[in-house]
This record gives sequence, structure tokens and C-alpha cells, in this order.
Amino acid sequence: MTARNPHPSSLIPHPSKRREGRRRFLKSSGGLTLGFVLTANGLLRAVDARACGEEGDVDINPWVHISNSENTIQIMCPTAEMGQGIYTSLPLLLAEELDADWRQVRVEQAPSDKAYINPDYNNVQGVGGSRSTQGYWKIVRLAGAQARYILMANAARSWGVSVAECSTVPSHVVHAASGRKMSYMEIAKLEEIKLDAPQFTEKDLKSPSQWRLIGRDVERLDVPLKVNGSAKYGIDVQMPGLLYASILHPPVVTCPHPLYGDGAENGPVKVDGAEALKVEGVLKVVQLPHGVAVVGTDYWATVKGKRALKVEWRTGSAASRYDSEATKREWAAVASDRSQKGRAFDGVGDFDAALKAAAQTISAVYLTDHVHHACMEPFNATAWLLHDDLEVWAPTQGQTWAQEACGRVTGIPADKVRVHTTFLGGGFGAKLEQLANAEAAMLTKALDKPVKVIWSREDDVQHGAYRPLSAQRMDAAISAEGKVTGWSHRLVADAPALRARKVVWDRNPGTDGSVAVGMTQPYGIPNKHHEYVHRAGGVPVGYWNAVGNGFTIFAVESFVDEIAAKLGRDPLDLRIELLTDERGKALLKLVREMSDWGRRRTEGSASSRAEGGTALGVGYNHGGRWNCQIAEVVEVSVDRASGAIKVHKVWAAADPGTAIQPRHLRQQLETGIIWGMSAGLRERVAIKDGVVQHSNFHDYPVPRMDEIPDIEIRVVQGALGQASGAGQIGVAPMAPAIANAVYRLTGARLRAMPLLPERVKTALSSPQQQVA
Amino acid sequence: MPQMITTTLTVNGVQRTVTAHPDTPLLWVLRENFRMTGTKFGCGAGQCGACTVHVDGRSAFSCLLEIQHMAGKSVTTIEGLSPDSKHPLQRAWIAEQVPQCGYCQSGQIMRAAALLKDKRNPSRAEIVEHMKTNICRCGSYPRIVAAIQRAAKEV
Repeated sequence: MTARNPHPSSLIPHPSKRREGRRRFLKSSGGLTLGFVLTANGLLRAVDARACGEEGDVDINPWVHISNSENTIQIMCPTAEMGQGIYTSLPLLLAEELDADWRQVRVEQAPSDKAYINPDYNNVQGVGGSRSTQGYWKIVRLAGAQARYILMANAARSWGVSVAECSTVPSHVVHAASGRKMSYMEIAKLEEIKLDAPQFTEKDLKSPSQWRLIGRDVERLDVPLKVNGSAKYGIDVQMPGLLYASILHPPVVTCPHPLYGDGAENGPVKVDGAEALKVEGVLKVVQLPHGVAVVGTDYWATVKGKRALKVEWRTGSAASRYDSEATKREWAAVASDRSQKGRAFDGVGDFDAALKAAAQTISAVYLTDHVHHACMEPFNATAWLLHDDLEVWAPTQGQTWAQEACGRVTGIPADKVRVHTTFLGGGFGAKLEQLANAEAAMLTKALDKPVKVIWSREDDVQHGAYRPLSAQRMDAAISAEGKVTGWSHRLVADAPALRARKVVWDRNPGTDGSVAVGMTQPYGIPNKHHEYVHRAGGVPVGYWNAVGNGFTIFAVESFVDEIAAKLGRDPLDLRIELLTDERGKALLKLVREMSDWGRRRTEGSASSRAEGGTALGVGYNHGGRWNCQIAEVVEVSVDRASGAIKVHKVWAAADPGTAIQPRHLRQQLETGIIWGMSAGLRERVAIKDGVVQHSNFHDYPVPRMDEIPDIEIRVVQGALGQASGAGQIGVAPMAPAIANAVYRLTGARLRAMPLLPERVKTALSSPQQQVA
Repeated sequence: MPQMITTTLTVNGVQRTVTAHPDTPLLWVLRENFRMTGTKFGCGAGQCGACTVHVDGRSAFSCLLEIQHMAGKSVTTIEGLSPDSKHPLQRAWIAEQVPQCGYCQSGQIMRAAALLKDKRNPSRAEIVEHMKTNICRCGSYPRIVAAIQRAAKEV
């Protein structure tokens, strides 16, 4: 099995040969190339992609190519690989139904084309929201099944037997009655191939007991490339005549979404590039609406040129007045002021009545800060405008949006923008952003040469699209019998959709599923009220690993613990009692057993004794539409002198429905747990007078090897045969689990995330006080 | 008057010459002049280790080394770690399926290779202490430790 880069070197090329790149499967001599068209009734129709070349009237892009000369089965990966393993697992789903011999499978990164959109993700080609596996789960397996049928039917025809008498073994069609067998490659070589195939539905697909690949670990196809430096990321793109650009962004945080704004409100008013132009290797200083680009033949020359720029910036924007601490305080007041209405959703019963009838009530306000992605690969993009075609090489999570954004800033129609997707050095939602892609597009237009834009780490930290900060007010009503009878959750936060998915926002203003996600956990409380109150801060907010889930679950899972404490109940038992979801109950029971929940921890080791022992805390995440659930227990200690929390151990029980690649799944869950711990303990972007108060890893620290706890994960397949999105599920429960453990250990309730040492110290000194 | 200087150094056993600004970090010379892009840019400040290479046999952050000080030095990058990608660490990285996004892994492997050169059989604590200079945002740390332990058995 040889792996290939998402953009093989043949793809970086002479743009006049671009049409060959478009049909690169077809370049292989001989063989069968199949495309699949989604028909109106949601089924797939197979088409011979060879017949649809330049002369063809239908533009069909291929999904599968069976090459007899190379003895390979090439399968398209429709979406981007950013570490989540999709480059292996989506083609594997197709190979499963195709009954392909996995050793013969080669994967190609799909070009930007409507043929590869994810119907479950904004109807775009893009990756986000943990939607890839669920979104493509049906399509790629139906495509595989249909392709397999076509192979069987053609083998049967050449043998003069009925297709019903044929079956397959890996990469071969078999006619058991006569003992005949033909490889897929031999079939692809037949004189005539007929593509007639019935339209399959999910009922025609394999049952889980028939799976050969799903559920069994294969080696990731991208791994060999990632151990010898040959994997190509966006920043690695090279081509003859390439120019470089460094961009000076304004001091005020600025990350416009190029489809909806240009950032000019903080942009340059006067640019003096004289000193920059004196740097050898600098060719040009280009004023952009939101910043100033220094373009040259040598990357470091452009960095020096950028340092030599003298720029006067526009002042007075909303962003320039933004203070994250003041905003948090202001929004906390909004959260508690029920007269400030937002959008209520998924309500049950009558919360106000429950509150009036309550024997006792509990309330709490939770605050969370902005956080930043800090992908290891900073934003970058390469673009080349030639005639009327724009080629873009980008580590992007959004191919369709890259086409639209680059098209918008250059005036090129989106369908004339070709996006070559490279590997991504981390995505986590950051690389849904299109600014760097648009910058490269604007600059290739200005310079008439291919241009690679590379952001510095400082650019990346200071001009990101941060997870919104939030203020949340929780209220519960308790009956005289000690039952939870009412639950209210009011969230105040900005909305990434307002700046980055304006089309979606405008359809339903005031709502943003990415922010409110997680508020409706299935706790069986008869009267529930959920309300999202949107407030705009004026600074760029975006999609960060699980987005709002990270703060809504912090509030929900902390508050369930506060209710348990008030009722004198075990917090894990109370969750099991309240939950209406059987898969969730099973996970909580499992994690209770894994962590030996009932055992006293305070005895601990000598070192943890010195710190006052350890305690356990629990957090649960139903996952909603992700169809993936997780329960996490953490063991923590607190250094009372410094206020620092240490996480010693994490136990997690997860139910993804189906574990398509169990090892990938564990990696994804571990990543989520580590991100959740980091966001819970430390990660925080402070913005003062519109200026981000951090610049690099020294003041935006992310976890290092010596901070990683022992992580034990068990996976339950509670809905075998169903797909799920497991990429982000692990993040959210960590922060509340840690806060809950600290409460058990110290009696101090932490309601501000991250749980910074100084916040912990304040809480320890006055445990009953609100900590903000 | 030209601002750039010409420097000759050895990269992966091959003598190479570059003309660049004197303060150009070795990282960018490797990546953009020599087009050896396996060594990655992460922070430009010696904070993340993505740019780790070996200079005269010792691990170093190539983002902090100015080309004007590199004349005559011998640099090994991920591309030169082994002729066939079969260094024990590379094999162990595959066996343990370490990389996720993979962007930091060249640096991780080069950092680990320097450790195994000095210490045949490092303890877990020694591995962690040595490797904590290098960030993996995907959090592949548990598998990095396992891969180094696996490779140490082979070296």
C-alpha cells in the first residue's frame, strides 16, 4: 500500500494543463472510472466518468477508478484530512461496500467540485462540526455497493450467467456454480462495460456482521508520509516563480470573513512602504482593505519588509472598544435579567410555574473566556490567477467557501476557482476561515504571479476567530420531596454565524446552533426553559473545537453537580436517575465502575497527600445530533498555595454507535480530552481595547507532554450500524468534571472557565462566593 | 550594495550554498531556498519545536539559527534521518500510528532521535523531560512516548 499526498506533485504544475489535473483518474491508461450522481430521490446513479470528458455535456467528477495497468482501486476522499483520519476512513467505507481488497486501494484528494459536497454540512464541500462521517456515511457506501453490482453484472455478462448467481470476495467476482473468478481489474479491461444497475437503498447495504473493514483497524494511509517529511501541507506548496507575502494586520483584532466583510474598519489609512521597499528581495507593498502586504521573491525579505512598514490605522471601530473582561461582566448581568429576551427553544412544561411552586431554588452564573485554536500550521495559502482561472492551494476546511471567497475578492466566478486541498496542520474549526485564502487571491491578482501568503504565529494568535466568550445563568426548582421540577438555562454569547455564515443567520436571526449546542441535555426534568440571548461584541468569533458545547456543557454539568450537592445526593447517581437516555445511563454506569467512583481518594500518594489529596469529578455529554456520547471522570489535586489544579487521571466511556476505525476513534477522543483539559484549566484569550493580549506559545500556552494525565478509554457500540461524529465529543465534559472534582475536594465551587490558579485561590478563600 | 550574503553548509551530507539575508533563520533556508519542507514552521520563537533539526549532531530549533552563523555546519533534517524512511523511530511511529494532523511530527522525531543517540534506553520520565520542548496540538503525546519506547528497544 503506497500512500499519496492529497496534492501529488503532478498537480502543481503548469496551469495550462489544469484540465488534466481535473480528471487525474482518467490519465491512468485503461480501467473503469465511475462517478455517482445524487438523483432527486436521494439515490445514486452510476455514470461512466470517461464518457463525460471535455466534450461531454454533463460534468461528472469521478469517485472510483479501477486501474488494470496499476492493479489499483483509486477512491476519492471528498473532504480534507486535518488529523481526524478521514483520508482513510471515508474511502474505507466505500471500499467496504465495493468489497475491495484494501491493499489495492489508493486514495486521492478530491478537487473542489459540487460532486463532493456533504449534504449534512451546509451542502458544501467542507469539513466541520464533526459532520463528515455522518454526512458521507450513506453516499459513499451506496456508491461502493453500486460499483460492486456493476462489476458483478459485467462479469456475469461475460460468462453468460445470471448476476444473481455471482458474489464477490475481495476485489474479485466469483461464480460459485462454475468455479469461475474474475478480478475487478480484469473486468475493468472488458471490451464493453454496461453501467445499468438498480438504485440501491440502505437496505441493500451490508449488515454489520458482514463488515470486513469497518470496525477493524487499518493503518492510516497518511501516516507513512508524516514520518519522513514528505506529507504536503499548505505551507509546503512550491512552484516556479513563486512570490511570498507577509501581511501586517492592524493592532486591533481583525479577521473579516471575505464573503461578508473586508475588515476595512480597522484597516490602513496611510501606508509608508519606503523602508520596506529598500529590503533586498522585496518587490512591492500592497495596501489591502484590512492590512498591508509586503510581497517579494524571498520569504524572509518580506518579513523584514513588514517590520519596516510605517502604517497609520483607522480608529474607532466597535472592535477597538472591546474589552473581554468588561463584556463578560456586562453579559453576566444580561444573563440574569429575564426581561432581556432571546430565542427560546426546546422548552418543556412551564418553568415559571415550577419556580413559583418550588420548595427551594438554586441559581448560578457561569462565565467563560475566549479561546484560540493555535493550530500548529499557521494560516497560509497560495494562489495563482492565470487568465480567468484562479488556482488556490490551501490547507482549508472549506473548499466551497474558498471558491466563493476567493472569487468574491478577485471578481472571478466561484466555479472558475479551483481549490487544491492539501493536508492541514491542524484545523479545529480555524481553517474554516477564509481570510488567508482571500489574501493570496487578492495578491496574485495584484502581482500577476503565484503568491504564497504565510502568517506568522503572532498573526495567527492575534487575528483569529476565537470561540465566543459566554455568560450563562442557570436556575433550578426543587420540590418539597427533593425532586428537580424545573430547569432554566439562559446563554448570552456572540454568534459565529453572524460573521461567517450570514446566509444561515439571516434565515433565522438570533439563533446559532454552533453556540447553543449542548444546552438541551436529556435530563428528565418536567419543566425546562432554554434561551439563547445573542449579543455582538464586535470582535471576530468563530468555530473552535465543539464551539458552544465547550461552555454550555460547563454550565449544565457544573449545575447538575450543584443541584446534587444541594440535595445531598451523589452527583453521578443523580445523573443516572435524571437521564432519559439509556445509552447515556450505560456510559455513566461504566465510567463509575472504571474509576472506582466510590473509593475515597484522599489517602492518595505521598505527593498528593501533601497537596490535600485527590478527588473525582464527573461530566457527561449527550452529543445530540452527533449521535456520540461520552461520560468522563477525572481525578484531580489542588495546590492550595498556588491554586494550581493537576489532573492525574481521566476515565472516559464513549458510545459512537459504530466504531468505524477503533484506533482513530480513541485518538479523536484523547485529543478532545486533552483539549477539554487545556481549555478547562488554562486557555484564555484576553482582549483589551480591541487588542489581543497574547502573541505566541509563551503567553498562549497549550499542553505539553509533561502535563498529560493517564487517559483510560472504553468504547461501547450502543447503536451498531449507525454513524456518528466523534471528533469533538470529548472536549466539553472535562472542564465541569474538573470543577466538580475540585468542589468535592475543597468545597469551593468554580464557575469561571478556565479554572485559573488565581480564580481557584479566590474561590478557596471564600468558597460560597460567586467566582468571576 | 547587496544585503544578502552567501553561505555554504552541509545538509543531509550534501554541501549546499544559499544567498540570503544574514539573519534569515535556517528554517526558511531549508524550506524555501532548498525546498526541503519536512521541517516545519510553528512559532518562529523556539517555543514549539516543529522546526527541530540536528546541527552537528545535536538537536536544535532551526527557527532560531541565523544563516550567517551556519557556514560549515552540518545539518540533518527529517529528510536525511534515514535513506529509506526506515529509522527505528520512523518504523515505531508507524507501528504506534502516532501522527494525526502530523504537522509537528518531523520535529518530534528529530527531537527523539537526538535523545536516543545520547541514551540507549531512556526512562519514561527522561522521555517526557526531553520531549516537552515540542508541542503537538493534536495531543498525540501518549503515542509518541510509546513509539520512543518501542524504538529504544530496537536501537
